[in-house]
Amino acid sequence: MSTPATEASLMTEADEAAVRKAISSTSRPPTASPLSAAFTFGWRGMLKVKHVPEQLLDVTITPVMFVLMFTYLFGGAVAGSTGAYLDYILPGVLVMSVLFTTVYSGVALNTDLTKGVVDRFRSLPIWRPSPLVGSLLGDSVRYLVAGTVIIVLGVALGYRPDAGVGGVLAALALVVVFAFGLSWVFTTLGLLLRSPNAVMNAGFMGIFPLTFLSNVFVDPSTLPAGLEAFVNVNPISILANASRGLMEGTASAADIGIVLATAAVLTAVFAPLTTRLYRRG
Amino acid sequence: MTSQSTLAIEATGLVKVFGDTRAVDGVDLAVRSGSVYGVLGPNGAGKTTTIRMLATLIRPDGGSARVLGHDIVQEPGAVRRAVSLTGQLASVDEDLTGRENLILLGRLLGLRRNAAKTRAAELLEAFGLAEAAGRMVKNYSGGMRRRLDVAASIVVTPQLMFLDEPTTGLDPRSRNQVWGIIRALVAEGTTILLCTQYLEEADQLADGIAVIDHGKVIAEGTPGQLKASVGTGALHVRLLDPEQRPQAEQLIGRALGAVHLEPDLAALSVQCSDAGRAAEAVAELSRSGIGVADFSLGQPSLDEVFLALTGHPAENDSDQQPDAIAEEQPA
Repeated sequence: MSTPATEASLMTEADEAAVRKAISSTSRPPTASPLSAAFTFGWRGMLKVKHVPEQLLDVTITPVMFVLMFTYLFGGAVAGSTGAYLDYILPGVLVMSVLFTTVYSGVALNTDLTKGVVDRFRSLPIWRPSPLVGSLLGDSVRYLVAGTVIIVLGVALGYRPDAGVGGVLAALALVVVFAFGLSWVFTTLGLLLRSPNAVMNAGFMGIFPLTFLSNVFVDPSTLPAGLEAFVNVNPISILANASRGLMEGTASAADIGIVLATAAVLTAVFAPLTTRLYRRG
Repeated sequence: MTSQSTLAIEATGLVKVFGDTRAVDGVDLAVRSGSVYGVLGPNGAGKTTTIRMLATLIRPDGGSARVLGHDIVQEPGAVRRAVSLTGQLASVDEDLTGRENLILLGRLLGLRRNAAKTRAAELLEAFGLAEAAGRMVKNYSGGMRRRLDVAASIVVTPQLMFLDEPTTGLDPRSRNQVWGIIRALVAEGTTILLCTQYLEEADQLADGIAVIDHGKVIAEGTPGQLKASVGTGALHVRLLDPEQRPQAEQLIGRALGAVHLEPDLAALSVQCSDAGRAAEAVAELSRSGIGVADFSLGQPSLDEVFLALTGHPAENDSDQQPDAIAEEQPA
């Protein structure tokens, strides 16, 4: 498939006639409904997963490496055995993996902005937030894939959660709901920063330390007091706790409640902010 | 339905301010239905900002405009239903194929799945992109991308189309193809607002032209009127020896009038429409022992139009940045 081949076909008189015919042969259909527009943008998101799988790979490989390295390097030292440590970190890495993926929601939006596609979408007679809502639908597919990869890896390494399939699915659902809330932070960032790379850097600069200063990898009771206090209130710790609880069948309603409330607050603050910035263009 | 005298665009005193810059500073436009109206100006003149206001992407800070009878601030939805925008950056999704781009827009514009697919196939065929339909747009050449961009704008035929520098960066053949498409659109009755940096493009396509500089319309008229106001042509001369330019300036100035010194130290130009007088002036140079490397008689360039209209050369604000970026990021 060489690019110049198609270029070589000159626009002849016949083409111009075809263009005229193509122009005259439509009548304007009724405008797409908000739901239909949002689903169409969701379809676009999924096409991107299909065409640019590298993006998904980038965010999945790091957590996979962490599972392998931490389990086999530190597992014995930290938790006495690799098996016991895997039980501890797998739900945490599930959280990390899905939350890393949320940064890409902002990166994708910024890419649309810098490439000029947003201008076209904004000039269409569609429900104005539909591109944002639709990409969330597409993103949810990515969150599920990222989460599933970690769970499958865990099972392959011998992870057997007490609460079974139901518990794992509940944990995955909780993480995805939290990811929705968090992704609005990155879409806001995506509309404020100048380039996709800047969004990526700023996003990971925030999410990376927050993930490590949580209970994802170590039991906070082994930490210095000040740090322990911070780790215990870090929403990522609470999300990791709730996921562990759901997978082991020991979840506390308080943890789940805090996670859902945090997601709701993030959405309530950053979704309107994103929409406003997007409208302003 | 619409008579020749109805206005597709009627703008009065449009203003847009970004920080300290009045990007658009009181622009009036009157564009007849069914015509091609050219907005001519250098980078940063306010062309893109004007288009973005008329296409309801940004709100004006002052003035008002009606597009196809709808107020751009009060009824943006009605405006969007009747227009389409082809932005300067070729606003298609690079990570999708050409076909997927067109289906996406068809669906968003309310076509059913099958109708959107049929329409995409028809447009790809008509625009010479059938072969590349399944390829990702990031692998398209500039000309192919531009054609897809225009095709995307007519998935559902608009009554009015905004075209922002549709041929900037294209090679001459691709440019001619895009011009052909624009002519076909006009023949089918679409009104077009065309922003361009090229006088030739406006001359080829537009029925009326507004020249815009620093956010203001500084001249308006038909291409003929505009060129007549500037001088219908220009003689360009390049000398063998830059040292002789002052002498050549004097000679040509005496024969043809005010001489414009080009940035190229060996080159100069002068407004002149009479080929006979131009030839005489060049012959005069040779007779005086001034070596001429080459000379040509051509249309006035945008530079010359600007020089004539404003007394200062067209300056590209913020070095070579496209309008969109130079103007639209106030932060």
